[in-house]
Amino acid sequence: MSLSATTAPPSPAPPPSETPPRRRGSLLNRLDMKYSPYLYIAPFFVIFGVFSLYPMVRTAWMSLHDWDMIGEKEFIGLDNYTALLSDDYFWNALGNTFGIFALSTIPQLLLALFLANLLNRSMLRAKTFFRMAIFVPNVVSVAAVAIVFGMLFQRDFGLFNWLLSTVGVDAIDWRNQTWSSWTAIATMVNWRWTGYNTLILLAGMQAIPKDLYEAAAIDGASQWRQFWQITLPMLKPTFLFVVILSTIGGMQLFTEPLLFANGSVIGGNQREYQTLAMYMFEKGIYNLSTAGYGAAVAWAIFMIIVLVSLVNFLLVRRSAK
Amino acid sequence: MNLTKRRARLAAATVAAITAVGGLAACGNDDDNTSTDGGKPAKLVVDTFGEMGYDELVKQYEQQTGIKVELRKTAQLGEYRPKLVRYLATGKGAADVTALEEGILNEFKANPRNWVDLNPLIDSGITDDYLPWKWELGKAPDGRLIGLPTDVGSLAVCYRKDLFEQAGLPTERDQVAALWPDWNGYHEAGKKYKQATGKAFVDSITAVSNGVLFQQGSDLFYDKENNIIADSSPAVKNAWETATSMVDISAKASTWSAEWNGGFKQGTFATTFCPSWMLGIVQDNSGAENKGKWDVAAVPGGGGNWGGSWLAVPEQSKHQKEAAKLAEFLTNATSQVEAFKAKGPLPTNLEALKNEEFLSYTNEYFSNAPTGKIFGESVAKIEPVHLGPKHQAVKENAYEPALRAFENGQADKNKAWEQFTKDAATQGAF
Repeated sequence: MSLSATTAPPSPAPPPSETPPRRRGSLLNRLDMKYSPYLYIAPFFVIFGVFSLYPMVRTAWMSLHDWDMIGEKEFIGLDNYTALLSDDYFWNALGNTFGIFALSTIPQLLLALFLANLLNRSMLRAKTFFRMAIFVPNVVSVAAVAIVFGMLFQRDFGLFNWLLSTVGVDAIDWRNQTWSSWTAIATMVNWRWTGYNTLILLAGMQAIPKDLYEAAAIDGASQWRQFWQITLPMLKPTFLFVVILSTIGGMQLFTEPLLFANGSVIGGNQREYQTLAMYMFEKGIYNLSTAGYGAAVAWAIFMIIVLVSLVNFLLVRRSAK
Repeated sequence: MNLTKRRARLAAATVAAITAVGGLAACGNDDDNTSTDGGKPAKLVVDTFGEMGYDELVKQYEQQTGIKVELRKTAQLGEYRPKLVRYLATGKGAADVTALEEGILNEFKANPRNWVDLNPLIDSGITDDYLPWKWELGKAPDGRLIGLPTDVGSLAVCYRKDLFEQAGLPTERDQVAALWPDWNGYHEAGKKYKQATGKAFVDSITAVSNGVLFQQGSDLFYDKENNIIADSSPAVKNAWETATSMVDISAKASTWSAEWNGGFKQGTFATTFCPSWMLGIVQDNSGAENKGKWDVAAVPGGGGNWGGSWLAVPEQSKHQKEAAKLAEFLTNATSQVEAFKAKGPLPTNLEALKNEEFLSYTNEYFSNAPTGKIFGESVAKIEPVHLGPKHQAVKENAYEPALRAFENGQADKNKAWEQFTKDAATQGAF
């Protein structure tokens, strides 16, 4: 093929009379070579700019104001951020967010790891079926999940309380204690995201070269040992990705707790499960005159996510070495 | 060849980029109700929440004027308000006629420039057609008229006749009303009921508190100058004390919660407080199987009001004049009677309140209770209440959560009161 290509007769040189238009053509050609790649990637950047960058910059600008959503705006510098630092309810929301995050992410990732390992076994039958089935919860709309679980976790006529009553446990008012409300919300998150993370981890596992396992097996390493010594270390990059995704999701948790609270932005009578995103909503959107403060909360969430992701990244990278 | 191909590609990419950008620009452009001939709009949009009973009226208006009217309904005020906020904040999307509830009206009145002054747009003769206090509340501080009165809530007690009978309590509405000339009487009846059946009497103490709050006719969370007085207001303290005292007869099912919705069918409580607009909700929640079991009696302490709305025209409306006409139509005497018969919102138009058809109306679902007469009579007893700019936020996010925290045993009475006053200060600031 390549041989025949090189031996092909060279294209005839262009007649000299065609030179002037050709020069213009070559200019266009050079412009094309230089700039059209930017044009090709432009749609992404345009969309990113309009829907991500602009709102972020605008939110930052808002956060420097005493901003009334439908009225006056006044520049106040960093006052919103200083106020935020001494705002009990902000810290409360932060604590709730991390609490629910821990309750949902840790068991979820452990379970996902376990399931992915199971699905990765070569002797498993109907693999594709299980892989599809495990992803189904993720396709269901968040609102539907939250509404259904909200009903299951009802105090008077809920399924979970009925089940508990069959073993003699008194009805739990799920929405009125911190631990019970966190558990209920974490359950929704786990139900919805475990399958998703399982699939990503599974993909990571399948990228691990099989010969490593074969070599280990020849050396007499048990399945368990192989998991610890080969699967886990090789899975670190994937794991990091999954952890960062979960972190971003966990820090932005909103719909589940809001619907669990029956639409109340304060999340529980004593804000037992008001998350950061709900606090942002309360200040920024529910309360018309504190939109600037809400914007400050939004930026605080952004910085927290960056921070937590960075910590994750460093931790996982260090242990990978 | 090569060259033309490249050039074609370049052109294609340019076109793609331009369409992407142009497409975005087009998204932001939504004047779908463009005028037809001479400023007469092709379509007017009406935004309402809950059930205001406008379905038939809107059709009538379409036939009379040839203007198409789109009715956008939102079930709960809690979902309605954020949408409205978004429309106003972004300057687009608002309906031509927008319903404002009393709890949120003041908040929007604080920025009256978002609303059209209706004074020059409506027939000046209708000024005296409505309950005077209701009409006054539709005015902004700067004197603009921003809302035409639709309904008042008024207040009554809905009670389950069958459950009352089981507990050995009277079942006739006059005798039932005689049980509770005041809130003490109500509490006593509740205790009797609880003793006889072991079940709760009232849905929640927040419902009791709503009843007491709005029947006193005095300032609640704000004084007339809009200073927040939540921690010192006698009316609030009184409602708080009355409500907290009734924790022993409460089903602890807060209004709109799943427990509350389910409680109607399960009979977890025997009474609840019914503004006129609540009747339809009680009926929906209780279902056809409980038809004829509910009845309506007067509220303890006589009179009271919970809810009620106005129709306003946002400044961003492109058809302010026509929108004002539509609002005027929807709030006139005939329309208000129609709306009442359809979904229960109580008229504020004086003529409608005297209307024979209205006064003789009986509600079949509620054991043929003469709701027109019961609510119509109670309107006269309503004491207008001044609600401050952040009334709804203080009530929803400070006052009621604290009451519930006490009701559920999460905080004792003092702690709960502290929680309320602390939160009221933040929620009420504006």
